[in-house]
Amino acid sequence: MSAASRQFFQDATAKAVDVELREIVRRGIDHYDLVVGRGKARFADWEAARQRCHEIRREAINHLDRYLLEFEQRVRDRGGHVFWAETAEEARKYVLDLAASAGVRTVVKSKSMVAEEIHLNGALESRGIKVWETDLGEFIVQLRREPPFHIVTPAMHLTREQIAKLFREKLGGVEAEDPPSLVAVARRALRRAFFSAEMGITGANFLVADSGMIAITSNEGNARLCASLPRIHVAIVGIEKVVPRLEDLAILWPVLATAGTGQPITCYNTLVGGPRAPGEVDGPEEFHVVLLDNGRTRLLADVEQREALHCIRCGACLNACPVFRSIGGHAYGTVYSGPIGSVIMPHLGGLGAYQHLSYASSLCGACTEVCPVKIDLHRHLLQNRRNAVEESLRPLSEKIGMRLWQWAMLDAGRFRRLAWAVRMAMRLAYGMRLEGTALDPARAWTKNRAAPPIPRHSFRAMWRKTRGG
Amino acid sequence: MRKVALFIPCFVDQLLPQVGLDTARVLERLGFETWFPDEQTCCGQPAFNSGYWQLARPLAERFARVFACADAVVCPSGSCTTMVRHFYPELLAGTREFAQAKSLSARVYEFSEFLTDIAQVTDVGATFPHKVAIHDACHALRELGIREGPRQLLRGVQGLELVEMTHSEECCGFGGTFAAKFAMISATMGATKAENAESSGAEYLTSTDPSCLLHIDGILRRRHSPVRTIHLAGILARTDSAGSETRATK
Repeated sequence: MSAASRQFFQDATAKAVDVELREIVRRGIDHYDLVVGRGKARFADWEAARQRCHEIRREAINHLDRYLLEFEQRVRDRGGHVFWAETAEEARKYVLDLAASAGVRTVVKSKSMVAEEIHLNGALESRGIKVWETDLGEFIVQLRREPPFHIVTPAMHLTREQIAKLFREKLGGVEAEDPPSLVAVARRALRRAFFSAEMGITGANFLVADSGMIAITSNEGNARLCASLPRIHVAIVGIEKVVPRLEDLAILWPVLATAGTGQPITCYNTLVGGPRAPGEVDGPEEFHVVLLDNGRTRLLADVEQREALHCIRCGACLNACPVFRSIGGHAYGTVYSGPIGSVIMPHLGGLGAYQHLSYASSLCGACTEVCPVKIDLHRHLLQNRRNAVEESLRPLSEKIGMRLWQWAMLDAGRFRRLAWAVRMAMRLAYGMRLEGTALDPARAWTKNRAAPPIPRHSFRAMWRKTRGG
Repeated sequence: MRKVALFIPCFVDQLLPQVGLDTARVLERLGFETWFPDEQTCCGQPAFNSGYWQLARPLAERFARVFACADAVVCPSGSCTTMVRHFYPELLAGTREFAQAKSLSARVYEFSEFLTDIAQVTDVGATFPHKVAIHDACHALRELGIREGPRQLLRGVQGLELVEMTHSEECCGFGGTFAAKFAMISATMGATKAENAESSGAEYLTSTDPSCLLHIDGILRRRHSPVRTIHLAGILARTDSAGSETRATK
């Protein structure tokens, strides 16, 4: 068992019994369920929209090389810079060097999971650079020195009261606890940051190949401030985010918004194609796009699971997942949590370290059902399990147990006799009131559930008796 | 096709024999002749879902041979039906048994699906004067597309009041070996299901899948809940209101 696996088991077990947290998460997700349902109903044909998005993403991923080069060329033509980062370290180094050479002291950031993935904030801070998260949710978790709880809703796990308390401690000036007042407190702090920052860092929801633009979606307008006010704009984006054509956004934007938050379209959708051009009155002097691989090409090489790169990070699978609903995002201990995280983390960070996440699922398929780009998520969890067994990454006890179980099942007579013996032993144990105690042979089951009454006769025995076989 | 082979999942055989008997009883009442291939053991799903496809393969091959001569195979579990229908062809691709598995996958039916789609009945002549909620089992719902069938069958039961519970389509947390590997998460999901069942006002919670019910029943009884569980076959087998105190797990 890897250290990550042990930690996950511990954290997930603890979070699973955190009733207060579960209530908060439930309330948040129940609200999403409601509005996403309404949002889907606004489409003439939601299933057709999903299918179209699936096809666009498939086309992009299957011709990633071509579309990325096209994107790069067009950005360069407009005077932007494109850096190809194979690893997280290369991406960090590029940003740090850029910041150092430009004398950057303050950075404003909009929400970016890729920046989380490469641990950019920590790296900038270690060079004495002040980093401001400007998405409200990210700003809140940054004040708490926490990673985002959810890829779309970073502060889903906090109540308004907790946020008010946090602002009082860290910012001051909190006069009321209603959302507009709290937003005003955050805005006062962030506005100052926007005007003092020398560098703005954003992610991007899409890279548009045919027009060489990045598309950024946000609800607070903070991303476009990050992209336009500071002297330097750096966008850090996973290579899988490319789409072939500008017109593809006509369906991807509303589908992303609907699947994620139930909105018809997100409030601010910004396209950025390069630095300020001659004659333009605003915009950054420098525009850099860091294209991050960091394991994505490994996933691309996996024909079975390549489609996991279709993901548009809407968060729908997290909301739908009963495991996520029960333990929340932090317990996963990964940048990407929920079903999509469990699918891709083994490719980004190694199967040995992250295979356990693929087992922490009932394979219920709710994720696959809601995915707006039709990724067969629960099937990929199963494939990760198969790969873990093939690479001999499973515990010895499980291997032995599985072999013994299979041996018993290969012969009906053997199965009948062994099952009878087990049943009789259980009846004896439960007759002695051992249910749920340390001596209970089925303790993994009975620790949390009552044991079923163990029948004296099996179905086949009764059948043979009454029907004669 | 008046003769159907019973595919009684291994854990139903050993722990919930009544579910098997009820399944046969309903089918026979509708005029089908039933038989139980005595050589059957497990379809291999626990190994398959745990990633041990090499170990699951011989069990799948064995299963395909045991049921080779059956015209129709009926199983009181959507999950085990899914294994045979959807996963056997994938698991046995390239083996000698592939053709057999492929043909078997088209002849295996989940119990309620067999009643509504093949036998084409919605009133099986049952009586069950109770308030009943239904839990949509994941495999039946999402892999086999079974949602309305069980409800139609329940609406056909005399005296039965069908109530819809909140989040009936959310997983109960059983998930096979998941229930033991991540017992706490599984129990939390089960508790959510139990709360929803309780607030629905139902006396009984039913489902197409006995594995879900085994887990939910354990959770309900541990919390001394008034809600009981009963497999769909158990309800459809009842022809009078007597004996309604029997638990699904007895």
